[in-house]
Amino acid sequence: MRVSKRAGAVAMTAAAALVVAACGGGDSGEKSGGDTANGAITIDGTQPEVGLVPANTTETGGGKIIDFMWTGLVQYPNDGGAPQNAVAESIETTDSKVYTIKIKKGTKFHDGTEVKAKNFVDAWNWGAYSPNGAQNGSFFSDIEGFADVHTEDPDGEGPKKAPQPKVDKMSGLKVVDDYTFTVTLSAPFSIFPVKLGYSTFMPLPDAFFKTTPEEFGKKPIGNGPVKFVSWQDNVEIKLARFDDYTLADKVKIKDVTVKLYQDDTAAYNDLLSNNLDFQQQIPVSALAGDKWKSDLGERGLNVPIPVSQIIAFPLYDKRFQNADLRKAISLAVNRQEIADKIFFGSRKPANTWSNPLTAGGKEGDCTVCTFDPEQAKQLLAKAGGFKGELVFYYNADASHKEWMEAVAQSVKNTLGINARAEGIPTFAVFRQMINAGQMKGPYRAGWQQDYPDVENWIGPLYVTGGSSNDGKYSNPQVDAAYKAGTQAADADAAHAKFAEATKIIDQDVPSMPMVTVNQQSGTSERVKNVQTTNVGEIDLSSVELK
Amino acid sequence: MGRYVLRRLLQLIPVFFGTTFLIYYLVWAVPGDPFAGKCGDRRCPDSYIQFMTEKYHLDDPIWMQYGTYMKNLLQGDFGQNFSGRDISDILITAYPNTLKLALVALAIEALIGLTAGVLTGLRRNGFLDNLVLVSTLFLIALPTFVTGFVLQYLFGVQWKIINPTVSNSPTFAELLVPGFVLGSISMAYIARLARTSIAENRRADYVRTAIAKGLPQRRVVGVHLLRNSLIPVVTYLGTDLGALMGGAIITEGIFGINGIGRTVYRSIVTKEGAVVVSIVVVLVLVYLLMNLLVDLLYAALDPRIRYE
Repeated sequence: MRVSKRAGAVAMTAAAALVVAACGGGDSGEKSGGDTANGAITIDGTQPEVGLVPANTTETGGGKIIDFMWTGLVQYPNDGGAPQNAVAESIETTDSKVYTIKIKKGTKFHDGTEVKAKNFVDAWNWGAYSPNGAQNGSFFSDIEGFADVHTEDPDGEGPKKAPQPKVDKMSGLKVVDDYTFTVTLSAPFSIFPVKLGYSTFMPLPDAFFKTTPEEFGKKPIGNGPVKFVSWQDNVEIKLARFDDYTLADKVKIKDVTVKLYQDDTAAYNDLLSNNLDFQQQIPVSALAGDKWKSDLGERGLNVPIPVSQIIAFPLYDKRFQNADLRKAISLAVNRQEIADKIFFGSRKPANTWSNPLTAGGKEGDCTVCTFDPEQAKQLLAKAGGFKGELVFYYNADASHKEWMEAVAQSVKNTLGINARAEGIPTFAVFRQMINAGQMKGPYRAGWQQDYPDVENWIGPLYVTGGSSNDGKYSNPQVDAAYKAGTQAADADAAHAKFAEATKIIDQDVPSMPMVTVNQQSGTSERVKNVQTTNVGEIDLSSVELK
Repeated sequence: MGRYVLRRLLQLIPVFFGTTFLIYYLVWAVPGDPFAGKCGDRRCPDSYIQFMTEKYHLDDPIWMQYGTYMKNLLQGDFGQNFSGRDISDILITAYPNTLKLALVALAIEALIGLTAGVLTGLRRNGFLDNLVLVSTLFLIALPTFVTGFVLQYLFGVQWKIINPTVSNSPTFAELLVPGFVLGSISMAYIARLARTSIAENRRADYVRTAIAKGLPQRRVVGVHLLRNSLIPVVTYLGTDLGALMGGAIITEGIFGINGIGRTVYRSIVTKEGAVVVSIVVVLVLVYLLMNLLVDLLYAALDPRIRYE
């Protein structure tokens, strides 16, 4: 979900910025000569769009800082495997409905107060309470009593307003003692513990409730390995090692400056001249012709991230209600050629409905992701052909034009349909049309998993009423298999059910997985051992100075 | 003179309200719901949209929104942007940087452009004239971002003479290269403008008179010729300051300068009318005051012009 902002909106909002010069600014320029413990690094970022409150941040600029500053109940390993306990001592359940969560004693917030069970409960209640208007409020919808604290607008965009919720606390959350709380879900959900590493579920210190979210967001207090020092709008955010941090992912360096760039080429030039120690995504201009490889050599990193580009069908449009037609279109796209020619190999052709990095996902489970012109033509004939113009839509404020046009061209060449791609000027207008169900052709839909489980690639996208099921796909069999999966006793049983659901989706083709994403990052000559997390952000605990 | 200035200042008031309302209206009319794209590929919760709509009075009709904004503005309150930051803070950090950049650009274009213009105007069709003619043509043909990227790459990455991007509060020295990039196209225009003006006035009667009086060449050129030839150049320079400040989006982006250009661009895209208008209000004032200053300078340059 976050990536779509990177791919779509952030390109336009590309936060403004400014930069510390190596000699003038001082932060990056002090050549520490291998003194990691006192070392300082500078990494790139963008201006957060809103104040730094975990449940209210969905975009990458602020999300990155929050990921650095907070540690949740569980953490996701860098290689994308199953989550491991972090602040949680244990998470236990017998029926996947009531979870007893014990947290470790002695972990601290940056203001010195201890992280207690009520910090989680209070934070979640705050995020779910609809008058607080948190962007991620709906993440708590599994918890019992959510409907009482989170009311919906009865007529969508219309004049009526959502009623005031009856209560401000979810009945499913109970503090047992300082280090134990229970979570009762409204229905059994086996994947719930996996979700808990997502930033929305972070604890908030007591100080948060004594001030306003706006004030807190300017000077946030987390419980992670680095603490907040200062934030100069559009210029930089300074973080420093939190010395009282007790969990495994301690950072070795002392200071981290996040430079807020407005232009990724400027950041790249800083990287080349060693004024920047890490750039998360090398700009497209440097990827062309593999320039970045010759520029950076061993300083370049190429890692897969759990992001896929998908093209979704508007199933509310009569013309796209024939599954054979959708299958034909999907089989007519030469994904390999697009990955090679348009993305210079920085994307891989998709072959799964989830992502290769996703726990429970299976590579190759997307049988319609292959390029099969013969079968495509047959299916099109079976579906009775396609009349009129087939338009693929994308948001034109990020670099999607080339590959979307290649998709349209591929369909046109294979099936002989009059296909073309059309850009919608901005991501905001694009999303508005999608939300309103006004798309007149297949459209781009990026997806980054929120948490590493195949459930995240099915529930929100293909289950009836899913939060991002914008094409209005609905199949009772999928819903049933998905529900059985969420109520399964353990993860393996759940994944088996999700695989069943995926099989049906693979026959219905409500959307077309196109490519999975690799991220190209770069480091300066000063740092070593740099690794990236499961979402491609820099793993601060890995960084050492040369 | 005093009355003239007063009259001009009074004229600023309707212009001020007119431009600000127009801009407020235009940003408001940009299609797209400001919160539709805020939550990525997921629909934002109703509660969030409702919260923001109420907080920023987006339900009110446009004239009421503008009225509220103006009322607060006249009391010195610029309001807040969608992420809850005070707009006045944004202005205070961004404006000095942009102003500095524009001044550096202006100084560079005036200095180099005028020198080249005067020299070529005095010796037309010589080698220097042709050289300037060709090089200005070259500069005009190059878009700013090409000049910017090339200079940044050569000076910053290849030769490491400067840092590719400037520091938080850039000094004038740091802004030399960005300023050159920003001012390069205007510089070419000024050179050509000055050249034509000088060449034309050289044949004027008053210059012939001055030479006939036996005045030294330096005085003929420096006082008589230059003063009269400067009028179009000064007009251009005056309006150019505003244009440079408002048009620095590309240069600011390339060199990582925290100025108003990028802020305006971003705010237009995210439909933050209050931010756009706040920045433009100041820009409008700069334009208007510079125009007034230019008009007053005419009187100093050309003895035939007097203001009542």
